[in-house]
Amino acid sequence: MIATKNRIKALFEQGDKEVLSIYFTAGYPNLGDTVTVLKSLAAAGVDMVEIGIPFSDPMADGPTIQQSGQRALENGMTLSLLFEQLENIREEVKIPLVLMGYLNVVYQYGIELFCKKCSELGIDGVILPDLPMDLYEEAYKATFERYGLSFIQLITPQSSEERIRKIDALSDGFIYMVSSAATTGGAGQFSEAQEAYFERVRGMNLSKPTVIGFGIADHESFQAACAHARGAIIGSAFIRAIRGVDTEELAECIHQFVQKIRFGN
Amino acid sequence: MSTNYQVNDKGYYGQYGGAFIPEMLYPNVEALKARYLEIMADAQFQADLQQLLRDYVGRPTPLYFAPRLSAHYGTRIYLKREDLNHTGAHKINNTVGQILLAERLGKKRIIAETGAGQHGVATATVCALKGMECIVYMGATDVERQAPNVARMRMLGAKVVPVHSGDKTLKDATNEAIRDWIRYPEETHYIIGSVVGPHPFPDMVARFQAVISEEMRRQLKAATGSECPDHIIACVGGGSNAAGAFYHYLEETQVNLIAVEAAGRGLQSGHSAATTALGRTGILHGSKTLLMQTQDGQVTEPYSISAGLDYPGIGPMHAHLFSSKRAQFQYVTDEEALTAAFELSRLEGIIPALETAHAFAALKHLSFGPKEVVVINLSGRGDKDLSTYIKHLND
Ligand SMILES: Cc1ncc(COP(=O)(O)O)c(C=O)c1O
Repeated sequence: MIATKNRIKALFEQGDKEVLSIYFTAGYPNLGDTVTVLKSLAAAGVDMVEIGIPFSDPMADGPTIQQSGQRALENGMTLSLLFEQLENIREEVKIPLVLMGYLNVVYQYGIELFCKKCSELGIDGVILPDLPMDLYEEAYKATFERYGLSFIQLITPQSSEERIRKIDALSDGFIYMVSSAATTGGAGQFSEAQEAYFERVRGMNLSKPTVIGFGIADHESFQAACAHARGAIIGSAFIRAIRGVDTEELAECIHQFVQKIRFGN
Repeated sequence: MSTNYQVNDKGYYGQYGGAFIPEMLYPNVEALKARYLEIMADAQFQADLQQLLRDYVGRPTPLYFAPRLSAHYGTRIYLKREDLNHTGAHKINNTVGQILLAERLGKKRIIAETGAGQHGVATATVCALKGMECIVYMGATDVERQAPNVARMRMLGAKVVPVHSGDKTLKDATNEAIRDWIRYPEETHYIIGSVVGPHPFPDMVARFQAVISEEMRRQLKAATGSECPDHIIACVGGGSNAAGAFYHYLEETQVNLIAVEAAGRGLQSGHSAATTALGRTGILHGSKTLLMQTQDGQVTEPYSISAGLDYPGIGPMHAHLFSSKRAQFQYVTDEEALTAAFELSRLEGIIPALETAHAFAALKHLSFGPKEVVVINLSGRGDKDLSTYIKHLND
């Protein structure tokens, strides 16, 4: 269990590394692709992966991720099946793995059982956007900690300094800095207001590393994000890249995608 | 006064409620939570609200003794005439309150979700009244089946956005409204249309709808000599008209509260919206409540002929009234609701909304004594449902 916690920590201890984290939806594009995508991402040199647990009503996600989740559900994806697919994942994939989903799916599975399963499989952290910090602290924190799972929390441009400090104190692993007040998939480069927000947060010297997510889509935006934080998370752009790709071609497609993000065209 | 059925200071009704929201919504929901009670208690706010309810909405709405319906069922039936409100349903009680609140919160842009379109119309109406921008999210299926209300919203200057995700009904419209609020948190207030969503919405909406039972008490006293009826019947989609009709009777347990949900084609048909019969505890749209869902926690697509009841959840207050057995729940099919709509039309000359017709259909499931007083909350009028009714006229 101690080892689990260290995978995220160890990653961010590599001083100047620009952390590239990729989000994808489990069971997408095809039901059996989860492990292929994970192995391909690791082989392509991605530093961390968020595995999305599909949900019927993903209120914090934009259209691209919504559609991938819908597709995964139609493919037959469930949380139990995801755990089955991840049974031997740690034999081959060594980078930090984070599960991301909505509370209801985890709640129905059972919080305790979910945490236990994550820890057995070597999952390092969990992001549940609709489980706010206060409720986490009150009812869930003890369980997550018992199983050595990092609970990663979001901050936004509207978060007050007091709120950010509290999240920094309570969260674990890293802080997911939402680039703008947007659901996932927003577009383009950062505005002055966004840059001011990134710098405001940087100036707070938080105890946890920050990673920027939402709206990171290419080499330029990845670089821009890394100028303000320890790294970035790419979701919608990656989902678009693997949409409709055959299982046999995933590895190559993912390799190309990651190369472009890291080094441009 | 004991408050076994009111929200507690943490935003829960028993084990249901809370505010399960992403961090992006935290500042807005927190500001609302910190201020709604204080704003609502303010004398000027109350004066503005009362004036609008009286002169604009047309309150108090009558409590009408329905002689022929009473004779038909062998009991004493009173109808609380929310159908006579401006815009034709109870929904405006809430939107008038929330628009005044939004003004005081300094918001300029209003968003709403709608199913039957009644809440959308009520929101578009108060936005026109206050000169505020209004965007209404509506499932594409509902845009089709409630065309007259779509036209009304547009005439009132609102932008109606059809939602194509999921089953294209109320749940999906709510998801899209929440996404909008996440995208534009600073300038926007979300006028939720029922007693659903994160705390404090369920309590706030219930308080704005509570005017229904506040008036009922006075009117019953005058009509029957007692403020308390024996039974109150209301339909439940999210539960706002029922919350309003029950509100001032929650702690008076001698008053039997009857909540009527839509059974669609039948409870076991796989096409139903009867949450309390088919649901389990879960988390959707910001609160912990009863929810129709799969084993895996995916919310299932509900079904009802009535767009306003076509929702897979139920407000946390009602989840608590159900599990504590304070309220009795009834389930009414499409067909029973249609029959009841025709019956009320022919017996009393009142065409109810399809949602409301579910409350009337429950009369056939229950039996009341000849001296008992039954109040049915007539939540809305049926103009918007005429095309559905016409289809069944000859059946
Ligand atoms: C006339 C009428 N009654 C009832 C409802 C159901 O909503 P609630 O359960 O919040 O009262 C609606 C919703 O659109 C409605 O238009």
